[in-house]
Amino acid sequence: MTPATTAAPGPPASLRRRLLATLYRHPRTQLLILLTPPAGWFGVVYLGSLAILLVAAFWYLDPATSAVVREFSLTNFERLIGEPVYRTVALRTLTVAFLVTLADMVIAFPIAYYMARVAAPRLRSVLFMLVLLPLWSSYLVRVYAWRVILAPNGLIDWTVQQLGLPGFSPGVSDFSMWLVFSYIWLPYMILPIYTGLERIPNSYFEASADLGARGATTFRKVVLPIVLPALVAGSIFTFSLTLGDYITPTLVSNSQFIGNVIYESQGVSNNVPFAAAFATVPVLIMAVYLLIARRLGAFEAL
Amino acid sequence: MSRIGLRIAAGAVLAFLYIPIIVIALYAFNAERTQAWPIRQFSTEWFGAALDNPSVRDALVLSVQVGLSATLIALVLGSLAAFAVHRFHFFGRDAISFALVLPIALPGIVTGMALNATINTAGIGFTPFTIVVGHATFCVVVVYNNVIARLRRSSRSIEEASMDLGADTWQTFRHVTFPVIRSALLAGGLLAFALSFDEIIVTTFTAGTQETIPIWILNHLRQANQRPIVNVVAVFLILLSAIPVYLSQRLSRDGGAGPTSR
Repeated sequence: MTPATTAAPGPPASLRRRLLATLYRHPRTQLLILLTPPAGWFGVVYLGSLAILLVAAFWYLDPATSAVVREFSLTNFERLIGEPVYRTVALRTLTVAFLVTLADMVIAFPIAYYMARVAAPRLRSVLFMLVLLPLWSSYLVRVYAWRVILAPNGLIDWTVQQLGLPGFSPGVSDFSMWLVFSYIWLPYMILPIYTGLERIPNSYFEASADLGARGATTFRKVVLPIVLPALVAGSIFTFSLTLGDYITPTLVSNSQFIGNVIYESQGVSNNVPFAAAFATVPVLIMAVYLLIARRLGAFEAL
Repeated sequence: MSRIGLRIAAGAVLAFLYIPIIVIALYAFNAERTQAWPIRQFSTEWFGAALDNPSVRDALVLSVQVGLSATLIALVLGSLAAFAVHRFHFFGRDAISFALVLPIALPGIVTGMALNATINTAGIGFTPFTIVVGHATFCVVVVYNNVIARLRRSSRSIEEASMDLGADTWQTFRHVTFPVIRSALLAGGLLAFALSFDEIIVTTFTAGTQETIPIWILNHLRQANQRPIVNVVAVFLILLSAIPVYLSQRLSRDGGAGPTSR
């Protein structure tokens, strides 16, 4: 690592040195160089797109020509509120997101507890990896796998029949959708709870036991209050991801989600303004959800 | 709860997480076209059929191209943002990390629809470029989180030592700073690629009629005669998204792959 002997590409070393020295003395310029590309990308591409989404939500389709009229109008929102089908779809999406979150909390807790408080360090890191892998990969394949498993004569149907019971094949149904959503987002709930549980000092358990509390009481009065922010943090993921999905409902149910209506409005009926208007609904829901989550301390547990 | 009860519960959840993946991997070797369980006869013939299928090959090429391009953009933008936030105090510093995480914190349909509305309004057609823009946007935060975690754990005094010994800014970056963040960049890049390769919701809004691997599966899984090939392509998708994540996790002990970095 001897700088003097390093052959440098580009301008002669002396010129380069002077340039770099000038830069070194001007931290504002350095910051500008670092910040312009990412801030430009997010400011223009992403926030710009969100702004267009918001503006386009107030445009409308000319009924005669089906061309987009770029003028302010409340047509889309009147339709969203006026036609009961959209309320049903929004309510269904919310209900499923809520039930999925609930199921994930119940399923995630025992394994998170085992990982954080029972498993030896080596086993813990293996388990961590095993929970992490499905979180990052194979979303579509895992939904597709359940479609195959839940079909008539699939794995579940066959297993139930082997037990001597009449078959069970939920196939494409709301039950399947709830099950598959709970399965898909489960790692997002396990990991925050695991982190929350791992942070509890052992002395808290000892103190609780010394004061005469039994397992259940310790759980209710010590563990649960401490882990609550982590539970809420996990629920942000399970809730938001369910809310923003439309592939799972398409593949394993016959029900429509907010996302299905949005996708079909822009793709099938070419009504981008209406799709944009409906897309503001999940944004509003998440804004309210995040405000509540923040009050419950979930942001510190992230 | 007893320890044995917890152990059984943990085992059951792991089985729940992995049985579907194992089942679909087994179906890739199913000789028959039907999807009944149990599989009666195994065969590797569909792997050849999948590789010979031109639409599968096109989708694979597109997915790899998009994944690499999005990863490259995310590496550049993510590390620039990480250095800016780590090294400087400026107005709006907190807003940067918030803006970066927004594309994955907001429901996927929102990000997808926002980009779709922009593409439609601007009148640009759907090209691989529009897919890359969407993917890069949600991949930046992954690189950013990995790099900034590494910068926070490393000391600046080695850079000062390098400058004191006569190295200029570029030489210090090249020989001191870069080796420190190299594995964080690799870990972040691998995660970004996995994320891009597997993504479907935003992609359906930015791809038009183009087919990435996930979209190819989505378009063909209802066609009974395509099922054996769909199963094989599904295995490709698992491998090409899970292996980078596994490698990335082995590389970084910063916990850069936690659920909050999505």
